[in-house]
Amino acid sequence: MAEKPSAAELKEYGEAADAWFRENTVQDPGFMLPLTFMEVSTDQQFDFLRDWQRKVYEAGYLGASWPKEYGGGGMHMDFQRVATRMMKKHDAPIMINAIGNGWAGPLILDLGTEEQKQKFIKPMLSAEDIWCQGFSEPEHGSDLGNAQLKAVRDGDEYVLNGSKIWTSLGDRAKYMILLARTDFDAPNKYAGLSFFLNPMKVDGITTSRIKKLTGEYGFVQCFFTDARISADCLFGEEGEGWKMAMKTLEYERGAKVKPVGGYFVKELDVMQIVELAKNSMRNGKPLLDDPVMRDKMTQYMIDIQALNLNNTRRRMPQLMQDKPMGLPLMNKLARTELIRELTEFSLGFQGTKAGYYVGDKNAVDDGYWHRSYLNSFSATIGGGTSEIQRNIVAEHALGLPKTR
Amino acid sequence: MDNLGTIGTTEEQIELLDVATNFCRDKSPIEKVRALIEEDLGYDPAVWQEIGELGWLAIAIPEAHGGVGLSMAEVVPIAEQMGRNLMNTPFGTTTLAAQALLAGGNEAQQAAWLPKIAEGAAATLALREDNGDWDLTNIACTGVVDGDQIKLSGKKQLVLWADSAAVIIASVKVDDAVRFVLIERSAVGDNALRREEIIDETARSFELTLDGISVPADALLDGSRTRETVEKIELAAGLIHAAEMTGGTQAVIDYTLEYLKTRKQFDKIIGSYQALKHPTVDNYVEYEKARTHLYSAAHSFSEQGRGEVAVRMAAAQAHSSYAQAADRGIQFHGAFGFTHDCDAQLYRRQAIFKGALIGDAAYQRSKLAGLLFD
Repeated sequence: MAEKPSAAELKEYGEAADAWFRENTVQDPGFMLPLTFMEVSTDQQFDFLRDWQRKVYEAGYLGASWPKEYGGGGMHMDFQRVATRMMKKHDAPIMINAIGNGWAGPLILDLGTEEQKQKFIKPMLSAEDIWCQGFSEPEHGSDLGNAQLKAVRDGDEYVLNGSKIWTSLGDRAKYMILLARTDFDAPNKYAGLSFFLNPMKVDGITTSRIKKLTGEYGFVQCFFTDARISADCLFGEEGEGWKMAMKTLEYERGAKVKPVGGYFVKELDVMQIVELAKNSMRNGKPLLDDPVMRDKMTQYMIDIQALNLNNTRRRMPQLMQDKPMGLPLMNKLARTELIRELTEFSLGFQGTKAGYYVGDKNAVDDGYWHRSYLNSFSATIGGGTSEIQRNIVAEHALGLPKTR
Repeated sequence: MDNLGTIGTTEEQIELLDVATNFCRDKSPIEKVRALIEEDLGYDPAVWQEIGELGWLAIAIPEAHGGVGLSMAEVVPIAEQMGRNLMNTPFGTTTLAAQALLAGGNEAQQAAWLPKIAEGAAATLALREDNGDWDLTNIACTGVVDGDQIKLSGKKQLVLWADSAAVIIASVKVDDAVRFVLIERSAVGDNALRREEIIDETARSFELTLDGISVPADALLDGSRTRETVEKIELAAGLIHAAEMTGGTQAVIDYTLEYLKTRKQFDKIIGSYQALKHPTVDNYVEYEKARTHLYSAAHSFSEQGRGEVAVRMAAAQAHSSYAQAADRGIQFHGAFGFTHDCDAQLYRRQAIFKGALIGDAAYQRSKLAGLLFD
């Protein structure tokens, strides 16, 4: 265990990180940068972000607290926190390898074999190996436990048949964390599931791009047709798939494995919205003179401030005693819904200009707000819809009975 | 935007949170709250004495005046737990009166009253009038200097716990300027106080008729610090009531959850229906936001600029969460929710009353907008 650093050490490290991000952060690469790892659409965006992650990793500001023997920095978590703070300070682009660094990596570090750790962790940090997630299926989205993609053992291999969908970076990934059914006679739907670290570049796996409501691409449907993968790809035992899938959710809260650092989703900067509002007119007067808009904007400022401070409060056990799971579990619901509301609100500022879209020179901020609003649904639906999130909070934080 | 608050706690604050959590739960079970509603005084004098002995009235009073020398941040967990258990006493008004004295009282006034308050004497403020305006400076009551006396006139409303207070700090206009004046209980005749019917049955409120009351000229607070005093009263009141409302929000959510977990309809526990479950989660999310804002306001209270933003955010969020959670609390109890026996109404009524006292969520937001955007 790395020792807790002194204030002086952290300060020195922070100054170096500050300087590095000031020096190396590209503010405007000449094209629109994705705000989340789910919005990577063009090769240009992909290459840029992959390159950026590699650079940050090589500079030591990603995975700084992960074990040194597997490619991490082996340092105390506080160093990574400082580094991440500096990324935010300089408004640095996102880390693209979200499923790898945020989900697969912690799972492998926690429960993987020595061989898996040696093989997967370093290239995941450097973004050489991009990861994607194969949980949702065309017929099984919210009802994840009912996943039907079939994995049948045949000698040293598994034969995969079925389909996964809404896979961000699915056409670019080298590996997928895959939830598949190995036992169709299991006592319940969960017990028949197994978890795989599945290679994507094998015969029988094809992908088909899906056009999003924004008009852009970013995620795919994956088809598995007699695809054969090594039996070594099984993670844990057969039948442990649900357990592993649920485990990945715990890592987000950093309980066992220290968070890798960086961020996969850019926080919406509320000041940008305030600026937009200040620059907008209504009946010949500044928009924020309008009492209704003024009140709404104030309410959103209160909401945003609460969610930002919640992130600090989450780490203060002295203020988390009554329902300790409450804040961590509600975060996704509260944050994604707020971003959806706020971006929609911002369209209302634009008057006639709200009619324009990305690509027209008359559009406000190149259509950024429209795109942000439409893309916001990726977060209120993906990773468990807001409706499922409410069930999770109700059942796991408030103790209400399951909905069945 | 550099006037947004931050969050943090002090060791003393967390110790007090622990102690207050147990104390308020033990001393204020709901049966007792309901029994006290029927009594004139409205609180248990033995509990009030204990609150004094615990030193809770002395927390934000400097040591030089017999206090503990901490700050309003440490008052917050106590007010929060009192609100959570509907433990209504002159604690809030007494703390506010001390803050008003600290902001606007002269040396002699502070020396005379702060030690007494620190030892457990109740105090209150008389600020509101018939115009219903939340603006503390929009008042009509007057004080006319007559030799070494000041003759007061007019009526003050919503003077909480006035019959228990050893001293009342009232706002009046003297020579057209807003001033605060100390009125000792002994100067207030029995006829001067009329108990008001208020929507929060756990509190006690009085109309105070100033006509006929005279106070010595040295009972006026420092006129050069009226503005600071007004600001201090507004912020301290916002903080204390936000704390009580946040505690109340937690309580009404827990109370409603209990029902959702036990009541059956159509052979199912009703809490398994998403029509009840999902809005309950939304209310809970709003509560957690309120608590976060509350401890941010406590932490940022004494910072210039940030303090007011943080307190108004806390008050706005607390009031809207409390109102919403209690409103749904009534609805989700079905027909029982419509009865006086259901506790949900106690919280709903209190949320209305608190909003009336300090300005509701919309009012707080209108004040905030100026601080944030102009």
